[in-house]
Amino acid sequence: MSKRLLRFTALGYLTLLLLAPVGMIAYRTFAHGMSPVWHALTTPSALHAVYLSLAVTAIAVPLNVVFGVGTGVLLARRRMPAGGLVNLLVNLPFAMSPVVIGLALFVLYGRTGWIGSWLAAHSLQVLFSFPGLVLATAFVSLPFVIREVVPVLEELGDDQEQAAATLGANSVQTFWRITLPSIRWAVVYGVVLSAARALGEYGAVSIVSGNIVGQTQTLPLLVEERFRDFDSTGAYSAGFLLALISLLILAAMTVLSRRKEHP
Amino acid sequence: MSIDARGITKTFGDFHALRDVTVSIERGRLTALLGPSGGGKSTLLRIIAGLETPDEGRVYIDGKDMTGIPARRRGVGFVFQHYAAFPHMTVWDNVAFGLRIAKSDRARTRERVGELLDLVHLSGLSHRYPAELSGGQRQRMALARALAVQPKLLLLDEPFGALDVKVRQELRAWLRELHERVHATTVFVTHDQEEAMELADQVVLINDGSVEQIGPPEKLYDDPANPFVMGFLGATTRIGEQLVRPHDIEVLRTKNGFDAYEGVVQRVIGLGFHSRIEVVLADGSESTVQLTRAHARQLELRVGDTVYLRPLGEGPTHEIPDARSGDVQPA
Repeated sequence: MSKRLLRFTALGYLTLLLLAPVGMIAYRTFAHGMSPVWHALTTPSALHAVYLSLAVTAIAVPLNVVFGVGTGVLLARRRMPAGGLVNLLVNLPFAMSPVVIGLALFVLYGRTGWIGSWLAAHSLQVLFSFPGLVLATAFVSLPFVIREVVPVLEELGDDQEQAAATLGANSVQTFWRITLPSIRWAVVYGVVLSAARALGEYGAVSIVSGNIVGQTQTLPLLVEERFRDFDSTGAYSAGFLLALISLLILAAMTVLSRRKEHP
Repeated sequence: MSIDARGITKTFGDFHALRDVTVSIERGRLTALLGPSGGGKSTLLRIIAGLETPDEGRVYIDGKDMTGIPARRRGVGFVFQHYAAFPHMTVWDNVAFGLRIAKSDRARTRERVGELLDLVHLSGLSHRYPAELSGGQRQRMALARALAVQPKLLLLDEPFGALDVKVRQELRAWLRELHERVHATTVFVTHDQEEAMELADQVVLINDGSVEQIGPPEKLYDDPANPFVMGFLGATTRIGEQLVRPHDIEVLRTKNGFDAYEGVVQRVIGLGFHSRIEVVLADGSESTVQLTRAHARQLELRVGDTVYLRPLGEGPTHEIPDARSGDVQPA
């Protein structure tokens, strides 16, 4: 009885909090049929926003994988001098509001910032351009791969790596043949989570992007702009597309985690 | 290959794992590093393999100083207590790993892996993954994997520690056989004195970071260097001021003019082949005597009987230590 009540409460809570709003978006998007949705999503600015979001994600996520796996191995396997500090830093993007991250990047990379002024002198621009978007996105999605990889590495222990060493493998061979295959599912999870986060990132990106339509406007920024301009069909359509991509990513993750059971 | 570890010291933080340990292991021998848990024996094995670096001291393998050489260039086969199987590889690929790293040609690899899987009786399971094997099978696979690169030195860290008793006994007999067949110098770590006695030509008893005694197992049993060795290798009991083996005491019903200790039987315990009797001596101390069952029957011992205990003087004796041996209980 109490079990049923608990289940009911949990489901009700999830429905109210998650399912109803997402369902509403879908419902409102298609309230007037397919054609206005199609129209809203095929404007040049919308197409560019989709392309830009995917491109930024496609660069930020691999950066996170390389950095995340590398740092993860160092944190889990070597007695790192400032290991505690690194651990803390890695969690920073989780703890900090994305808007603050955006501001921090703005200060550093702006024309008067330390790095920004040097870049400006070499006529390179980070803010209000593609590199700035990648930077902000990589920052906010940085912890996901590390946070997935480190616990798995710690649980595995280093017996297998030592066994590989006694069999003649050097550290590069050991990494590719033993370490990476053993953490591959953690890496996949990390990729999925950071991709979902990267695609949806709004706060930090909104500050460094400048929101230039057709140039630095990502999909979330497009949703927000159309919403503010009372273009409800445009906002709902773009919002729905964003939600759909996230759902596809989550579905991929679920399928992958099922396959994980089999070696 | 012979191994010479000289003056090895290793600390982990405040913990002294090894203090100035010197051990020589002869070529072709099957040697046990025996001792209680946390005594430093695994650390010594890992230092020989190059998996740990000593703080002080040097390791020579076949006379060559290997102290600074990484594990992968020592040509040492290592078997871990928890198998360290590569879970994403089949049994075949696990065993072939070292050969592939060494870029051995395909035909040679196939032949060698096939031979080894025959040797460890896993030929039929070569396409399985480690998760689909029993503990004993995994350990045999790990052994085949270590042997694939034809190490001159085979090191095993508590190889049977994670296995149940029956499998452990099978693997013991089989390791002995294997050692004779592959002609490698073999060193294994164990905390089980029976395992060491049964398998090893040579036992190195390590306790609290130091070597207590080195020698053939019978030598350590019959002529232990100190009360610790005596207590670790077998049962001990006190009689008067001496520590002796419980089977080195004769039980008499009458004193017969011998120099014997008078006592009263407290318990008589039948243990199948032999019996154990517990006797409280006149000075209040307690002694345990082990007899064959036939002898115990013949004596018709009952609780409360007065008996006379006479040390036979055949086995080892030691002065009673300060309470280091667990078998010695104050009266």
